[in-house]
Amino acid sequence: MRFVKRLSYMQDILLFNYPSTMVWYLVLVAALLMVPLCFGQYWVSLMVFMGIYVIVALGMNLLTGYTGQVSLGHAAFFAAGAYTSAVLTQKLGVSFWLALPAAGVVGALLGVIVGLPALRLKGLYLAIATMGFGFIVEEVIVQWDGATNGVNGLLVTRPHLGPVSFESDESYYYLVLVTVVILIIALKNILRTPTGRAFIAVRDSEVAAESMGIRLSVYKTAAFCISAFYTGIAGSLYTHFMLFIGPENFDFMVSISFLVMILVGGLGSVHGAVFGAVFITLLPELISLSKDFLPEFIAGQAGLQAAVYGLILILFILFEPLGLYGRWLKVKHYFEQFPFYKKGTFKRVRKFHRTEQQ
Amino acid sequence: MLLQQIVNGCAMGCIYGLVALGFVLIYKATEIINFAQGDLMMVGAFVVFTCLNLNIPFIPAFLISLLFMAFMGIVIDRLVLRPLVGEPAFAIVMVTIGLGIFIRSISGMVWGYDTFQFSGGLADVPVRIGSVALSSVNLWIMGVTVLLVVGLYLFFGRTKMGISMEAASQNQLAAYLMGIGVKGVFSKIWAISAMVAAVAGIFLTPIQFLNYNMGFVGLKAFPAAVLGGFGSVPGAMVGGIIIGISEALAGIYLPDGFKDVFAWIILIVVLMIRPEGIFGIQERKRV
Repeated sequence: MRFVKRLSYMQDILLFNYPSTMVWYLVLVAALLMVPLCFGQYWVSLMVFMGIYVIVALGMNLLTGYTGQVSLGHAAFFAAGAYTSAVLTQKLGVSFWLALPAAGVVGALLGVIVGLPALRLKGLYLAIATMGFGFIVEEVIVQWDGATNGVNGLLVTRPHLGPVSFESDESYYYLVLVTVVILIIALKNILRTPTGRAFIAVRDSEVAAESMGIRLSVYKTAAFCISAFYTGIAGSLYTHFMLFIGPENFDFMVSISFLVMILVGGLGSVHGAVFGAVFITLLPELISLSKDFLPEFIAGQAGLQAAVYGLILILFILFEPLGLYGRWLKVKHYFEQFPFYKKGTFKRVRKFHRTEQQ
Repeated sequence: MLLQQIVNGCAMGCIYGLVALGFVLIYKATEIINFAQGDLMMVGAFVVFTCLNLNIPFIPAFLISLLFMAFMGIVIDRLVLRPLVGEPAFAIVMVTIGLGIFIRSISGMVWGYDTFQFSGGLADVPVRIGSVALSSVNLWIMGVTVLLVVGLYLFFGRTKMGISMEAASQNQLAAYLMGIGVKGVFSKIWAISAMVAAVAGIFLTPIQFLNYNMGFVGLKAFPAAVLGGFGSVPGAMVGGIIIGISEALAGIYLPDGFKDVFAWIILIVVLMIRPEGIFGIQERKRV
């Protein structure tokens, strides 16, 4: 059992609770730096996708997990980032290093545009409105031939930095890794600030937050803005890794998969975002690996992946609503408080009145 | 030409309305928005398709489909949604999305990925009223829809079961204390909603197609339900018909691409101007 002495209020919002945690994270980063040396190109490219989805999941988790605003249209921000970056670099000849932040900024602007009307909407209405927004953006991409090449899509190249080229998957991996680490630290710090704590207050009770002097309009829009910024950055990185993008990369199911990531990983935690992104990226691999062990009539089905996907979503919500990170926390808690672990520690209170659930 | 398009849009709108009706029923009783409604619709249509292939006439096939869907609705409620009663709405919505994906992929495995068609008992003969030629299928759709809506409206307003469903939606705990079997009510409402979905699917097939992806049409029912005011039975129908007609008109008068997203544009405008919809009631939130 581990005892923590609380000596100051600042202790509650430290980046690392224990000094040992920081050491472990440094070890993790060092291990990640070694990945291209130890694994083949295939795994490195998978890791790149993981990194990109981690960024999306961070943004999603800030919006949904921390601020409590559900978005079913995040593919739109992803698309905005991707196309901004692609059009800027390929058609206008702007450097990637300007296009990357520009993608984030365009995403953020779009986030503000969505966030403003979203202020009047609560819960499920917001989900439906963002879903509609996603469909509209998808159609805009198809129709706006001049900029996006419509259904034909755009060809994109990988970036350079002076003499350093990010042409190979290995070098691109380092680019993504650095971005991910910067964005994780940034998010962790945002969550420590009064702004981040206001987000959490808005999630827990809008009315209570408002009466504590938190302006809902400002903070909800800010949450949309930051979340869309992250997603836009991820979109830009995705484009330059894929080398080709078309409208089909940004359909409704993409938005759903972003939500699945944070649900499976764990709502309202940075770890959860990372776990979820890693899990969802590895899922197709796990399925194709397990195909050898399944009976022929199941393994041969084309829809197997989607079925497993749907099933995992259902099972997680039914049996582990806190996600993978919640499971990890429970295990950790059990050992930390070893003989004294109480079964109901993570139990949620159910609510049976309609207005309480919204 | 214009009138023609309005009638076609009206028929499509009835389908949207029927799917929206499914949302509304479940929402009224259980406060859940069921994203799998479109996929239930698809399953209902496929059951009829299978029955017709087995040389069962249309009317018995229709009834078999309704029974099957009622059973499926109860199973879904019992297995997936009952354990989640009282959980946050967001979790339940995600579960229905997962359910939709699951049903869609399983249907793809069972019935294949091709596009099918059946006309059932509905021969497509043109009916002339003045200068407008109406397809008899469209008339059938409108007739059945009107019947269903009137029936459900009376059911909710007049019967004891309908009122107990309404009570369960207002406050589950209080309804339970008043002697309403809330669990049973939820199962029944899922069964009814799945049957309504099946009707929508069966009548959508003659005017569109039958495919494992058909459920995506169901998503367009969201604007319909929101426009009518979530939780209002006549609202869902009115919303559906407005969406159907305006979509048909957008196809003629507006540039390419507007037809597919027009419903969503309406949705966002409605949510910005009057989020509670045409027939909705503004709700207050308890802290």
